[in-house]
Amino acid sequence: MSALSERPANPVVGQGIPHEAAALHVTGHALYTDDLVQRTHGVLHAHPVQAPHTHARVTGLRTGPALAVPGVVRVLTAEDVPGVNDAGVKHDEPLFPSEVMFHGHAVCWVLGETLEAARLGSLAVEVDYEPLPAIVTVREAIAADSFQGARPKVERGDVDAGFDGAAHVFSGELEFAGQEHFYLETHASLALVDENGQVFIQSSTQHPTETQDIVAHVLGVPSNEVTVQCLRMGGGFGGKEMQPHGYAAIAALGARLTGRPVRLRLSRNQDMTMSGKRHGFHAQWRVAFDDAGHLQALDATLTSDGGWSLDLSEPVLARALCHIDNAYWIPNIRVNGRIAKSHKTSQTAFRGFGGPQGMLVIEDILGRCAPLLGIDPIDLRSRNFYAEGQSAPYGQPVRHPERTGYCWDQVLETGDVRARQAQIAEYNATHEHTKRGLAMTPVKFGISFNFTAFNQAGALVHVYKDGSVLVTHGGTEMGQGLHTKMLQVAATTLGVPLSTVRLAPTRTDKVPNTSATAASSGADLNGGAVKNACEQVLERLREVAGRRLGVHPSDIRFADGLVTSVGGGESVPWAELVNQAYFQRVQLWAAGFYRTEGLHWDSSLMHGSPFKYFSYGVAATEVEVDGFTGAYRTRRVDIVHDVGDSLSPLVDIGQVEGAFVQGAGWLTLEDLRWDESDRPTRGRLATQAASTYKLPSFSEMPEVFNVALLGRAHEDGAVYGSKAVGEPPLMLAFSVREALRQAAAAFGPAGTSVDLASPATPEAVWWALEQARRGGAGQPEHGHVVDGAPGIVPDQPDADDRPLRPHSELAAQGSTGGA
Amino acid sequence: MAANDGHRVTVNGAPCSLDGTDPATNALDWLRGQGLTGAKEGCAEGECGACSVMVARPDGTGDGTRWTAVNACLLPAAALDGQEVVTAEGLGSPDALHPVQREMAVRGGSQCGYCTPGFVCSMAAEYYRPDRAAVDGGSDGASTSGQGGAAPHDAHECGPNGFDLHALSGNLCRCTGYRPIRDAAYALGAPEASDPYAARQASPPPPAAATRLVGTTGTYARPAELPEALGLLAEHPGAVLVAGSTDWGVEVNLRGSRAPYAIGIDRLPELRTFEVGDDVVELGAALTLTECERLLEGRVPLLDQLFPQFASRLIRNGATIGGNLGTGSPIGDTPPALLALEAVVVLASAAGDREVPLADYFTGYRQTVRRDDELIRAVRIPMPVSTTTAFHKIAKRRFDDISSVAVGFALDVRDGVVAKARIGLGGVAATPIRALATEAALEGRPWTTDVAREAAEVMAREGTPMDDHRASAPYRSAMLGTALLKLHAQTATPQEVGA
Repeated sequence: MSALSERPANPVVGQGIPHEAAALHVTGHALYTDDLVQRTHGVLHAHPVQAPHTHARVTGLRTGPALAVPGVVRVLTAEDVPGVNDAGVKHDEPLFPSEVMFHGHAVCWVLGETLEAARLGSLAVEVDYEPLPAIVTVREAIAADSFQGARPKVERGDVDAGFDGAAHVFSGELEFAGQEHFYLETHASLALVDENGQVFIQSSTQHPTETQDIVAHVLGVPSNEVTVQCLRMGGGFGGKEMQPHGYAAIAALGARLTGRPVRLRLSRNQDMTMSGKRHGFHAQWRVAFDDAGHLQALDATLTSDGGWSLDLSEPVLARALCHIDNAYWIPNIRVNGRIAKSHKTSQTAFRGFGGPQGMLVIEDILGRCAPLLGIDPIDLRSRNFYAEGQSAPYGQPVRHPERTGYCWDQVLETGDVRARQAQIAEYNATHEHTKRGLAMTPVKFGISFNFTAFNQAGALVHVYKDGSVLVTHGGTEMGQGLHTKMLQVAATTLGVPLSTVRLAPTRTDKVPNTSATAASSGADLNGGAVKNACEQVLERLREVAGRRLGVHPSDIRFADGLVTSVGGGESVPWAELVNQAYFQRVQLWAAGFYRTEGLHWDSSLMHGSPFKYFSYGVAATEVEVDGFTGAYRTRRVDIVHDVGDSLSPLVDIGQVEGAFVQGAGWLTLEDLRWDESDRPTRGRLATQAASTYKLPSFSEMPEVFNVALLGRAHEDGAVYGSKAVGEPPLMLAFSVREALRQAAAAFGPAGTSVDLASPATPEAVWWALEQARRGGAGQPEHGHVVDGAPGIVPDQPDADDRPLRPHSELAAQGSTGGA
Repeated sequence: MAANDGHRVTVNGAPCSLDGTDPATNALDWLRGQGLTGAKEGCAEGECGACSVMVARPDGTGDGTRWTAVNACLLPAAALDGQEVVTAEGLGSPDALHPVQREMAVRGGSQCGYCTPGFVCSMAAEYYRPDRAAVDGGSDGASTSGQGGAAPHDAHECGPNGFDLHALSGNLCRCTGYRPIRDAAYALGAPEASDPYAARQASPPPPAAATRLVGTTGTYARPAELPEALGLLAEHPGAVLVAGSTDWGVEVNLRGSRAPYAIGIDRLPELRTFEVGDDVVELGAALTLTECERLLEGRVPLLDQLFPQFASRLIRNGATIGGNLGTGSPIGDTPPALLALEAVVVLASAAGDREVPLADYFTGYRQTVRRDDELIRAVRIPMPVSTTTAFHKIAKRRFDDISSVAVGFALDVRDGVVAKARIGLGGVAATPIRALATEAALEGRPWTTDVAREAAEVMAREGTPMDDHRASAPYRSAMLGTALLKLHAQTATPQEVGA
């Protein structure tokens, strides 16, 4: 057991405690960025001028009429930018664009004494546009050869040979939708300048350092003139990893130019029309099985819809390619990836970060092929699980593959799955108008940033003379309970009660050069750094205590607020020892650091070991579908998920449940619709409000919802034996989609393969069950599975294509890259 | 009445001045401007509930008060004049949590915390509901609905403590997946005898004082009585009539609409009548849907099927039955039901009342026969209602969604024969319509599977459904076609649990 993962006796980690800010949340006392406006004097409000075109050249811009509106103070345009007119890290996202790249693109910003004045001012700005043709769908982009960025490929084995001798070959395609983050708190920034013109920005950001970087380059100042603080976010989910920077830059620019605080908070409609979302994908695939249903070969081409700029599309695509295997051994595999450039918002990070998109492809394949193979989907899936000694297609050995099986068997047993399968068969045989389905799906998800440099973190631990402890770290709190876990890590390491430790807000002048709080890595990375800082302080205190207690420093133990010599000898209270150390002029604070060891990744070859470890989980979901409407309900969900030795069980179970429901929302309910017609509104997001874009509500919560954390799951080499939890359980929701497919299939003859659109809305389920009633006859628009070799061979990239190195690898050349 | 001073609202027990507030300012922004930033804006259109607060409203059946949760983002701040409001900050403090807050905190009911104050207010209103009572047999055996009516709630949507989960149907959480919030709600006991908010419910609510507020964007006036309202309407043709403001609030927040003159009619006594006669039930137009549900006490089963599907509890607490007809929307949920019930709209003007059958009321997309000088005073439903009634709503989400197709059925089936059929449709034309051809295909014929199938084919061709982001035209037509089959399956055979 490593020093990092080993727990002392009676640790504070592992206790199921509420969120550290729960009492503030429930009373309305917790402050979010926009709440600070009420506590700030003389604030100006920013409002965008959004283009009413999907693609257009800006040929004229007159701000004069806006300035005539009472209360309008200034209009910010490209001419005002002292530094670089760019809001991204790839230099492809002009902050003030001369070319409109998506419907609602902000061409300039109005500052007003009130939000109403700024709004009226934005209506008065006169902009001339020259409309240009637009690419709205991923299929249009493919047809137009409109791509951007790298075209990575993962390849192993001999794919052609895998198909040649195979007993079964199937091919098909699938296009599936993205997802709006819909964090309840929209993007918000509040910028202030001090007496030297230095900028202090409160921002709802998952990546304060990158927000700082972008603000500095827009203002043309060094980073030490810009400080970014994030108190907490009202949800992030990846949507505040890359997207907040431009909004923070607008607020900062306004503050610099006017000398007054500037507040920028997007309305829901602005947020939905301007900020990026989860990537929708198009996938073509061809798969080979042997007679027993073992996967023999997979050939697939994934095209993500990146929207108008690269953003994080490259690393998202890389993660999709690295997760198409999910938990399954595929000996021969070739997966090509490419990023469509379309006139939509710039799609970005979203919980799972491409992993869900890659895994959806293989789960869809297995769900569609199982009936054609005549194998129960539960058996087909478990038959293909990784075994010890096998590696992922990109070369990394799959460690602890048996945990998929442990989770699987536990769900089979506690979920009473086999008996319920029989009950469902009986139910379906006796009910003409409603059918039930029960599906199980596994998750294997790699933890660490693919981009190796991001796998580092810092922390600052202050021990004050009275023994109280203040922890600052580089991670941000967005509801995931990171701060709660960090308090538990600090209390455990220092051997003090939780009440001794307090957390300070995340800010770049306390801990610099932080990574995004993303990739589920917040607790791993920052926990390592907090623990390291605490240990530095303890090493010094150990000397003081050794002298005080007359024993060797290595025989000192810190526990329960007492400092004791080994063997239960004399002890001294923590606060007393700390005070004594102060008078002996011992440094009582420390900066901690952590880097994840053992990672390597070659993004041009898509090969290496990019992940510290894998997280595992299994879900079984039962649904009931109404044959008259396609409406459905989730009757029961059973989950067993591997979070290592949990740092904070209440937090972790909350993460599992929340991720599952969010994943179910993506797969079944949340329906992003862009206007694909030829009307003048072509390219406009049609679902840009809560009234038209529906997230899960209470009615989507499973009626019975059993979540268990896998026992005996210690993860050596991670902080206190824990594992990441934020993203992996989102993908447990594939079980909902597959259960819906099976319930729909039950309306048809046995062995019917059903194509199911994603999201599987009631309408989509209704079309699927209508297909089943026709005996599985395919719907042309969904590309029904083709049975037999050679099938439809996916697009292969041009052999002459130079393998492009993703931008995220160009750190040495000055780019900061993505997750 | 003074135009610009003397406007007072009691917030968390303390008096606050509304003077200087513009009529376009909503209650949420006003509260936040007072430094009460607990309530949040999540959507500004009454869909997410992050702005939920409690207001003291009449209990509808006696002289008491009910703490009623509403969306502060939709309510004009001006409408709060003379009222009492409670926010999450008023319920408790971090050192002294309210029982609702304590359950939410210890059970992991908050993650990011942004939606939490709104959840707390919605949950607290249900916590204080006087007729919420513990149900024997635990949550799995619970079947009665909490809201006084006979709403067909599922057992798992009512807690062993009588907590109606639909009370939270207008609150969205993006983090938790809801399970811990449900557990918190179901763990609540009864309020302590010393609880001041529980005690407050025994005394009358604040009167709906007449008020007038003049701001830069226009005037908000709430008259005390109907004649005065009609006078203002005659004086200001084109004035916006505001009742629950659940539609107008969206116009203001999302589309930038500003009313030069708005008339608050939500508390006019003449519009808040409820009369039950032998051959008609009259519902005052300014009764909220929650009040209608409570007052009807199951007399109109078709409406009891409708109520839980109408938006959310937060919206039903504000939205009025008259308002849903006043907007003239083709996708309002009450018109298909009221068409099937052959409801009559009572329009009032200075010249007196006139009655218009609802079937003649809608004239075009968001257009009706209501003249500029008229307002809807009441809705009359002929009694007794038909023997076989149902409300089918097709939407993506079961709670709090807008119909892609809505169907109201009212069939009189006597001796196995359809004596009379009235079917109202929403979402398939520019206005709510009657399915006249289908009605004709049913009347006088036996209520058999074959007849249902034949009539269903007729019904599939009713209206002129279109494609939009809610549903495709073929799906809408298909749903028209299956609705009758579903009704037949549900009424002609022992009930099967539908999804």
